Amino acid sequence: MDRYAKGRLFGLLARGAAALVVAVMVLVVAVTIYRGGRVFLTDPVIAFTPPGSRYMLEGDGGFLHAVLGSLFIVVPATVVSAVLAVSTAIYLQSDYSSERFSDLVNMFLNVLWGTPPIVYGVFVLTIIIAIGARTSLFFGIIAIAIFQYPIMTRYTDEALRSAPETVKEATYGLGGTRFEAALMTFRAALPGIIAGIIMGFARGIGDAATVLFTTGRSTNMPGGLFEGATTLPVLIFDQAMSFNAEVRSHAYAASFVLIVAVLALIIVSKLLAGRYARYAPGGRHS
Amino acid sequence: MTDAALTTDNLAVTYTGNRNVEALKGVSIEFPANQLTAIIGPSGCGKSTLLKSLNRLHEIQSNVEISGDVLLGEQSVYDTDEPVPELRRRIGYVPQTPTALPVSIYENVAYGLKIHGDYDSRAELDEQVEHYLRKVNLWSEVEDRLDAPGAELSTGQIQRLCLARSLAVEPEVLLCDEVTSALDPVSAETVEETLESLKDEYTIIMVTHSMDQAKRLADEVVFLYLGDCIETNDTRSFFENPQHERTAEFVSGHTVVGDDDDDESEPTATATTVEAGR
Amino acid sequence: MAGSTESSSHRLDRRLLIERLSSRWLQGAGYFAIALFALIVLALLYQSLPLLSEYSLVQALTSSNWDPAQNQFGFLPAIVGTIYVTALTMAMGTPIAILAAIYIAEYAEGRAKTLVSSFIDVLAAIPSVIFGLVALIVVVPVVGDYLAPAVGSSATGLGIFTVSLVMAIVVTPFMISLSVESLEALPDELRESSLGVGATKWETIRSVLLRAAGPGIFSAVLLGFGRVFGATIVPAMLIGGQTHLPSSPFATGQTLPTLIVNDFGELMSLPLTQSALIFVGLMLVVVVWLFNFTAMFVRRRLQRRWQY
Repeated sequence: MDRYAKGRLFGLLARGAAALVVAVMVLVVAVTIYRGGRVFLTDPVIAFTPPGSRYMLEGDGGFLHAVLGSLFIVVPATVVSAVLAVSTAIYLQSDYSSERFSDLVNMFLNVLWGTPPIVYGVFVLTIIIAIGARTSLFFGIIAIAIFQYPIMTRYTDEALRSAPETVKEATYGLGGTRFEAALMTFRAALPGIIAGIIMGFARGIGDAATVLFTTGRSTNMPGGLFEGATTLPVLIFDQAMSFNAEVRSHAYAASFVLIVAVLALIIVSKLLAGRYARYAPGGRHS
Repeated sequence: MTDAALTTDNLAVTYTGNRNVEALKGVSIEFPANQLTAIIGPSGCGKSTLLKSLNRLHEIQSNVEISGDVLLGEQSVYDTDEPVPELRRRIGYVPQTPTALPVSIYENVAYGLKIHGDYDSRAELDEQVEHYLRKVNLWSEVEDRLDAPGAELSTGQIQRLCLARSLAVEPEVLLCDEVTSALDPVSAETVEETLESLKDEYTIIMVTHSMDQAKRLADEVVFLYLGDCIETNDTRSFFENPQHERTAEFVSGHTVVGDDDDDESEPTATATTVEAGR
Repeated sequence: MAGSTESSSHRLDRRLLIERLSSRWLQGAGYFAIALFALIVLALLYQSLPLLSEYSLVQALTSSNWDPAQNQFGFLPAIVGTIYVTALTMAMGTPIAILAAIYIAEYAEGRAKTLVSSFIDVLAAIPSVIFGLVALIVVVPVVGDYLAPAVGSSATGLGIFTVSLVMAIVVTPFMISLSVESLEALPDELRESSLGVGATKWETIRSVLLRAAGPGIFSAVLLGFGRVFGATIVPAMLIGGQTHLPSSPFATGQTLPTLIVNDFGELMSLPLTQSALIFVGLMLVVVVWLFNFTAMFVRRRLQRRWQY
């Protein structure tokens, strides 16, 4: 085979690989939308009906408890995590920290970023055991917040990095303090940061492994901060394993709700990031 | 006047991005064989575009439209069955930024030879590598560390390494894009010396924004302005007896500065005129 | 006049106070990442001690007898299962991911490029539980009815191979976007230099671009590895959950994370089981973190060797 044929073959392979990945993605989304949409749209009330007393066994009622559980866990977790993540990222990017210390923190952040979510779940579980508490909504919030922290820090860090250095310098030039300079940079990077926080929210709402052991997988409506709860992904996981066909079909409906929510969040985040890139001087995608 | 090694025939290049930009508006130039031709002109006048379109390197960018033709000797560069890589082998290119490939010094030079299989034995390859490194006056500086990464050399050395890499496949024409502009004055001088020593053997087409460099090195000068070729002449007549008013302005506007190191400032000033002209 | 000076000095005091307070807070946030890291290791280690004081580490890691009710804690089946799944997944996913990344970074243009890369971004954000669910109706029947019988293995479709196939789908988009990033960060001069001596596009990619982007692609693959290694939901849904040494790729089995999921629950009331499952968490952390640190080290070495 001559070198040109080799090149053509390789080009075909690359194209084929990309086509395969796209095809798989279309398949996964289509199956979820089709199967789940069929269940959900014929009987949309199941997403707004509290579960019956024997929901996991017989599928009486709906899965409002998981929808609310997801919201009650992921929204506060995102707020907590965003505050921490933004602070960390500002600290790393601003003039507060020495370069060596920043490198060190970045290294640990990278490692946390690559840590499997189940580890965070088990970690929070050890805390629950150590203080003799019970699994509850509260610990779900903690677990998801820890899980989101490295993700959001990374996005925020990237957004701050692409904010122009001149913003900071201009503030110093006017006699600003470090905090005021950091605030200016923060403002310049705000759309990117918000896009990152939304991405973190989307990841948090889709993750099951962290809440599997920390919220108690309750089948009742969430009753309070220290009561058991569940989230949509955990519910889908439990439903999929059910022996009852009715409950299994609810898994598709719940997936439909989940995938629509996640896709909507991604689209909003992408739009924000795209807008940001257009207006930022030297934005990457301009 | 010697035979033309490379000829452009009404070559026009348009960038079709958000708005169309005509970078070259149909130029016809003859580049004589075994001479060094310098392409000069203010920034943004299409020098690099012209250079890259000579061996179809602009094709790695999307949204570029091209018309007209380039002739390598008698052969068309655009209207041909010959694979583009074969053409590029015959018309070599050295980029503006000194760029070492992510391999050793030795492999940088051997890269083209290995791709084209231009050797019979390892010994011959060694010999070739040494030959071309000597040709660019780099051998004595690197002979004891041929296995070191190419990027560990200084920028000036890397630029000579690039020259050696390009020469190793024995191109008929060598295109150099402002090869000294990223270098400090001392390294620039060594690279110039190397070019000087090569120009009798090869057809070199060099883009430069330094009038003085053109004067020192070039046999022929091509003056581009706003995508048009204003004047082509041998270096001496070009500078001493410009045929065209624009050339005269450009040449005199620059010679006032005189110093080699200041060549950044003057073209920038001219570029403002270019903007206004649009 | 005097009044205005006073108020401006007052304002300066306030600004400096804010500066000091914010500095404390931000510094605290900076230390948070390190503190979290340390806390995770210490907590997991502490809760693993009951198990480690009863059984030797070597014994626990090499015994294949897992029966928490009888106080038998052999992790070998889960370790073998994890290695099996990770190896198969990476074997299927890595070539596809690198090829697709090359397509996006080097071949695709204009709208095709935007389209494919946004599809891949979406794919990367789909919750893994959805992959598990879709796999239950799409992949499991195919593997159980056609693929496994074709190689002479009888299976329900749940098992190591199914998990690996689905995990390959889960990690590929992630590896693709990181690889595309490192390919696109390369300067065009590298492409021009290689093409300029008459190399074809494929030769340029193979000998120049893949090397120059090598450190980045290498970490993409290793991060993908970490994802597969610690994946929980997809394996728990698809592996069949039987703690034995898998006999073939189509056999059921257990990975370290699924061990936690499947034995979590009633068995958690036994203190030793609890400790054993937390020890699994510790193993996951140690391996993933060791890999991460090695990756950083190797990456730096590669960057030195393959610089451009």
